[in-house]
Amino acid sequence: MTESLSFVTEAPLAAVSITVNGKERRVPSGWTLSELLSSLGLDARTVVIERNGTILRDRASFATIELGPDDNIEIVHFVGGG
Amino acid sequence: MVAHADLIAPAFATLPDPQPLKIAGREFHSRLMVGTGKYSSNSVMIDAIEASGAEVVTVAVRRVDLDRSKEEGILHHLDPNHYFLLSNTAGCYNATDAIRYARLARAAGFNEWVKLEVIGDQQTLLPDTDGLLQATRTLVGEGFKVLAYTNEDLVTALKLEDAGAVAVMPLASPIGSGLGMLNPYAIRTIKQRLGVPVIVDAGVGTASDACIVMEQGVDGILMNTGIAAAQDPVRMAAAMRAAVESGRNAYLAGRMPKREVAVPSSPTTGMLGS
Repeated sequence: MTESLSFVTEAPLAAVSITVNGKERRVPSGWTLSELLSSLGLDARTVVIERNGTILRDRASFATIELGPDDNIEIVHFVGGG
Repeated sequence: MVAHADLIAPAFATLPDPQPLKIAGREFHSRLMVGTGKYSSNSVMIDAIEASGAEVVTVAVRRVDLDRSKEEGILHHLDPNHYFLLSNTAGCYNATDAIRYARLARAAGFNEWVKLEVIGDQQTLLPDTDGLLQATRTLVGEGFKVLAYTNEDLVTALKLEDAGAVAVMPLASPIGSGLGMLNPYAIRTIKQRLGVPVIVDAGVGTASDACIVMEQGVDGILMNTGIAAAQDPVRMAAAMRAAVESGRNAYLAGRMPKREVAVPSSPTTGMLGS
């Protein structure tokens, strides 16, 4: 399996600790939501993001919202259901 | 000479419905709505949905599984331009969670409709009607079009309509049970008393169940397991489509009265030797 955190060791940047879908992750400081999505291989058009309990309804904002320490990010999408 | 059947069959096949299904001002061409859960594969799901003729297709909101290598989102398989996506709040056990899921679904950007479920009991998946009413009021206030999954209780159905639900969805029997319609009287009563469309949701196990539900005069049926858990889901989807249409036509036609005694269909006069 691809380890999506490997970049942390490659880049000597300061890292911030965030929670994504219930699991802690460390990402370079200054990263935007768009960069997080890219690193996870996700298409912004098919997901919805909730940041610290607030739904981000404007996908264009993903490119400018920087991840901060202790951010709690939920990334959801549609799955099969009745 | 053209055979009689050739002349009349096409006309019968296209008998118009005097009251097409309309929910919140939007007209739908099919009275059968289908879920997308529990299919053995995405290709079977797509074929079954196509065979069902459904326009409204339900989906659920869940966390993206970040540990999986491949993207499991349903929009990679289901064309949202071809179907009307109706997101549900399945799995929510209180109004707060259901409202959160509804808001997340709306943020996906397709529509502001939600199939609202607030579950009250894990074993039966029967609704928590207090939470359901509370969530309905909040979401209606936020501009949502709420289709409320509920039990077959008339008073709850009336309260949901009063709270602004655009459709009320009483169950035929518990979700995933396939027991068919347990209380036709209650379903008929709800249909007779409500102004908004009544869509029976859950419990239909086979085509005859669907037909009998539609014969009560309800506006439509939503089903998932009845198709997905069949041995051949695609064929069952086709059967459900025909059953829903048949049940609707039978309701519109008006059935003959039931009698406890036989009445001959053939003339009783003109018998030989009389």
